[in-house]
Amino acid sequence: MTGAAQGSAPPRVVVDGVSVALGGTPIVFEAGLTVGAGEMVGIVGPNGSGKSTLLRAVYRALRPGAGLVRVDGSDVWELSARQSAQRTAVVVQESGSDFVLKVADVVAMGRNPHKGPLDRDTEEDRRICAQSLARTGVSALAGRDYDTLSGGEKQRVLLARALAQQPRLLVLDEPTNHLDIRFQLELLNLVRTLGVATLTVMHDLTLALGHCDRVYVLHRGRVVADGPPAEVLTPGLVAEVFGVRSHRWVDPDTGQAHLGFSRLPDPTADVVTTAAGGPGREPG
Amino acid sequence: MAPDTDLQPVDDPAPPVRRRLAGQVAVLLGLGAAVVVSIALGASLGPVSVPLRDTVQVVLYHISSEWFAKPADPVFAQIAWEFRLPRALLGAVVGAGLAAVGVVLQAVVRNPLADPYLLGVSSGASFGAVLVLVVGSASVAGLGLSSAAFAGALIATLLVYLLAQRAGRVTPFRLILAGVSLAYLFQALYGLLLLRANPHDVQGVLIWLFGSLGSTEWSDVGIPAVGVIAGILYLLTQARPLNSLLGGEETAVSLGLDVARFRIRMLVVTSLVVGVMVAVSGAVAFVGLIIPHLCRMLVGSDHRRLLPVAALTGAAFLVLMDLAARTVLAPTELPLSIVTAVFGVPFFIWLLRQREVGREARFG
Repeated sequence: MTGAAQGSAPPRVVVDGVSVALGGTPIVFEAGLTVGAGEMVGIVGPNGSGKSTLLRAVYRALRPGAGLVRVDGSDVWELSARQSAQRTAVVVQESGSDFVLKVADVVAMGRNPHKGPLDRDTEEDRRICAQSLARTGVSALAGRDYDTLSGGEKQRVLLARALAQQPRLLVLDEPTNHLDIRFQLELLNLVRTLGVATLTVMHDLTLALGHCDRVYVLHRGRVVADGPPAEVLTPGLVAEVFGVRSHRWVDPDTGQAHLGFSRLPDPTADVVTTAAGGPGREPG
Repeated sequence: MAPDTDLQPVDDPAPPVRRRLAGQVAVLLGLGAAVVVSIALGASLGPVSVPLRDTVQVVLYHISSEWFAKPADPVFAQIAWEFRLPRALLGAVVGAGLAAVGVVLQAVVRNPLADPYLLGVSSGASFGAVLVLVVGSASVAGLGLSSAAFAGALIATLLVYLLAQRAGRVTPFRLILAGVSLAYLFQALYGLLLLRANPHDVQGVLIWLFGSLGSTEWSDVGIPAVGVIAGILYLLTQARPLNSLLGGEETAVSLGLDVARFRIRMLVVTSLVVGVMVAVSGAVAFVGLIIPHLCRMLVGSDHRRLLPVAALTGAAFLVLMDLAARTVLAPTELPLSIVTAVFGVPFFIWLLRQREVGREARFG
């Protein structure tokens, strides 16, 4: 899955030289990335590499100490929170609410960024919410209590809410977390069919390989490689960044590439010499 | 769920906006009627029962003495108009305010146990009031009871906020901790005052501490009512951001809410409203906790429906509770918190269990 749809159109998202510190501890160093229109871009990296922190800087939940985040040409920190939410929709992992909400209520929240305090929902809003529910295949759940849904259904409902925001950019934080394998594949296929520019943190490298147009590899807060996943996720890079041995094989029936993992012979993975780094930047 | 992820035809079970709106208006009209009826009952019933007809007559007469005839019985008219109606109206306003503030604070701190007195407001107000009742108003710069209670409420809230904030941001966790610990401090202080007070004063203080609308006159209604109603109307306009907050802080940010500033704005507004209420009625327990949950069970958590429903329900509820407080052990008048607890808590527990049973049944 190559075909990064960048062409001549300006990218939807430009992250340039972004550094973020949390409580005085630097987490992300001079990270840069782009997402083109219709492109699905993954951020991969081991635990604690700064993936979610970088993502939060993109959706304006964290102010970077340095650098610039542009969505649709505008610096997100020159926009109000509401203006930013009109462009960028987010599906985050978050503990559920103690309060009972209907699925229809959850999806209706997606219209909030487009509404003033006294605006009522119009037929147009209702139509957008109904379409969003239909696009993620959960129309039948509209009348259910959100907290009675399964994990896969919940993710679809949250995706429907994000679509109801009519975003220019969709940001997902490990969208397949807690889902069984069938729902993982369904959800990622669904996101691809939406055609919205998508930036997603991916935990599972095989899923990133199969579903992302491009990936950025984050290691200790720095982007150490980027490009089409088949080119980036080499055994050398995976060994260096994730500390495991990997090998790629292609399913002869489907033609799809898969990654298999095993432990490196030497457990002190940090000092393994890597013959081939990624094609991307090395931290300087 | 359908196994495929392809676009499905738009199959929309939700009724159109206009029909839903009509349903909501019908519910609100029904609740509004319940408030009016409860106020009418509150104005009519008591040790001396005034016929409902006389109550209506005296109200109409005061609305327009040209259009409506003078009430037939001047004693009935005086009892209903002078003594009971202002009290019932103030009860409705306080009940509505407590319920609305309870709804908002539960959402703002994302904790279903939050109530209007979460931020130490009632203990601060009680301390101010006890100072006046026990030591005398000279001790608090000549302030009257209500003013001292209001001042105490605001000082307590300010202290809680200062303790809970860090670099201008407050988190629900720190707010709750600061509120609870300051409440203990103020309780200790007024406990100390009460111990040293003359026993005759203590009874008056206790009645106030447990909440009371006794001896409300028309002159007590105006300013608090305007303040509380203005606060409620403002909170009604904040339904969308409150909804955004229900999904969590990060979700609220992604829905375009400046969470830190919104939270502080809500704290300021609710503190002022609660300060006014506690100054006129003392701390009335349970209403601000129970009514929000009751209404959530009935109409769901969407604040655009929940807030008006809770305000009207709280109004009717408190008027009826005050009626019970006056009549159950007449001529002895019970403090409101005792009545709200005795009536409210068993009902709430029953509702809670109904709900759980329904849930389990659906899963089974």
